[in-house]
Amino acid sequence: MASIWEWANPRKFMAWTDKALPVIAVAAAVLFVAGLVWGFFFVPDDYRQGATVKIFYIHVPSAMIAINAWLMMLVASLIWLVRRHHVSVLAAKAAAPIGLVMTLIALASGAIWGKPMWGTYWEWDPRLTSFLILFLFYAGYLALWEAIEDPDTAADLTSVLCLVGSVFAVLSRYAVNFWNQGLHQGASLSLDKQENVADVFWYPALVSLAGFVLLFIALVLLRTRTEVRARRLHAIEMRERVQG
Amino acid sequence: MIRLLLRDLTLALRAGGGFGLGLGFFLILVTLVPFGVGPNSERLAAIAPGILWVGALLACLLSLDRIFALDYEDGSLDLLATAPVPLEGLVAMKALAHWITTGLPLVIAAPFLGVLLHLDTDAYRWLIITLLIGTPALSIIGAFGAAITVGLKRGGLLMSLLVLPLYIPTLIFGAEVVRRGARGFEVTTPLLMQAGITAGAIAMLPFAAAAAIRIALR
Repeated sequence: MASIWEWANPRKFMAWTDKALPVIAVAAAVLFVAGLVWGFFFVPDDYRQGATVKIFYIHVPSAMIAINAWLMMLVASLIWLVRRHHVSVLAAKAAAPIGLVMTLIALASGAIWGKPMWGTYWEWDPRLTSFLILFLFYAGYLALWEAIEDPDTAADLTSVLCLVGSVFAVLSRYAVNFWNQGLHQGASLSLDKQENVADVFWYPALVSLAGFVLLFIALVLLRTRTEVRARRLHAIEMRERVQG
Repeated sequence: MIRLLLRDLTLALRAGGGFGLGLGFFLILVTLVPFGVGPNSERLAAIAPGILWVGALLACLLSLDRIFALDYEDGSLDLLATAPVPLEGLVAMKALAHWITTGLPLVIAAPFLGVLLHLDTDAYRWLIITLLIGTPALSIIGAFGAAITVGLKRGGLLMSLLVLPLYIPTLIFGAEVVRRGARGFEVTTPLLMQAGITAGAIAMLPFAAAAAIRIALR
C-alpha cells in the first residue's frame, strides 16, 4: 500500500479491500461483541443510575460515529470535487445511510435512557436537537442521491450539498446551544480525564468504541465495493446495449 | 445585472401567480393558527414570534422553485449561463429579485399579522428588523436549494427537505430576538449572529449555487 491515492484506482481498491475486508470485519465483530458483553454483564451498576448506565456502550459510540461519518463524507466529497476520484465519492455515498442509522440509534438509545433518568423520552436540549438536525441533513443528502439519475451529476451535486450542509450543521449546532439550556451531560470520554467516567466503565467503553469504529469502516468498505460493482455492471450493460 | 433584476421582477409581476402567492400563504397560515391552538390571546401572544417566523419561512419556501425552474424549462438559463455576466452574479440577482417579490412583502405584512396574533407592542420593531435582516438569507439559501434541484423532475418536495434544515440557524436567531424583544431583554447578540449568518450566506452561497447550476447544465 504505497499511498492512499492508490485507492483512487477502483481495481486496486477492490483488490486491497478484498483482502482487508474480512480481517476488519472479524476484528469489528470480535471487539463489538466483546465491548457490549463486557459492558452489559461484567460492569457494576452505577450507584445512582443502576443498570441503565449500560446503554452508554451503545449510545456514545453510535453518536460519535454519527458525527464522524459526516466528517468522513465531507472529506470524501472534497476529494471527489478536487481530484475526481470515483471511489471517494462512492465511499461518501456508502457512508451516508450508516451515518443515518447511527444517528437514529443514538437518538433512540438516548430516548430509552432518558425516560427513566430524565423522566422524558425527548427534551429540546441542544445536543438532542442538533442530532435531530443532523438526521435531517443525512436524509436530505440521501434523498438528493436518489433523485438524480446521472451518477456523475448526482456525485457533484451531493458533494456541493455536503460542503454547504457541513457549514450549516455547525452553525445549527451553536445556534441551538444559544436557543435552549442543556440537560445532556458534557463530554464523558474526553482525553483530559478530569471529569471522565471511572476506569471500570472506561475500558469496556474503549473496546466498544473501537468495535463501532471498525464496524463502520467494514460497512463503508462493503458498501463502497457494492457501489463499485454496481457501476461496473451498469457499464457492462451500456456496452452490451451499444453492441446488441 | 440591473437588467437581469428588472427582467426577473417584470416576469414575476406580469406572469402572475408567483407574486403575492407567498403573501397569501402567510396570511392563511396566520389565520389557521388560532383555529388550531384556540383564541386565547395570552397563548397567541406567547407563540406569535415563532408563528410569524415559521410562516415567513414557509411562505419563502413556496416560491423558491420559481427562481430557476422556469428559466431552465424554456432554455433561457442556458443563454444566461453563456452570457458575459458571471453565473454567481446571476444567482445573486435572482435571489435579490426573489427577496423583493417575496421577502419584502413579508416584512411589510408581518406587523399587521402580528396584530392578529396579539404580538407584544415592544416586539414589533424587532419583528420588522429581524425579518429585514433574516429574509435575504432565506432567499439566498433558497436560491442555492433551487439551483441544486433545478434539473430534477420533481424537485419541489426534495428542495424543501434540503432547504428547511439550512434555514434553522436563521429561524432560531430571528425568533429568539423577537421573543426577547417582547419581554424587553437584551437582543444584541442574537441579532448580530443573525446578521452574520445573512452576510456569510450572501458572500458564499452564490458560488455554491453557481457551481450547482453549472453541474446541472453540463
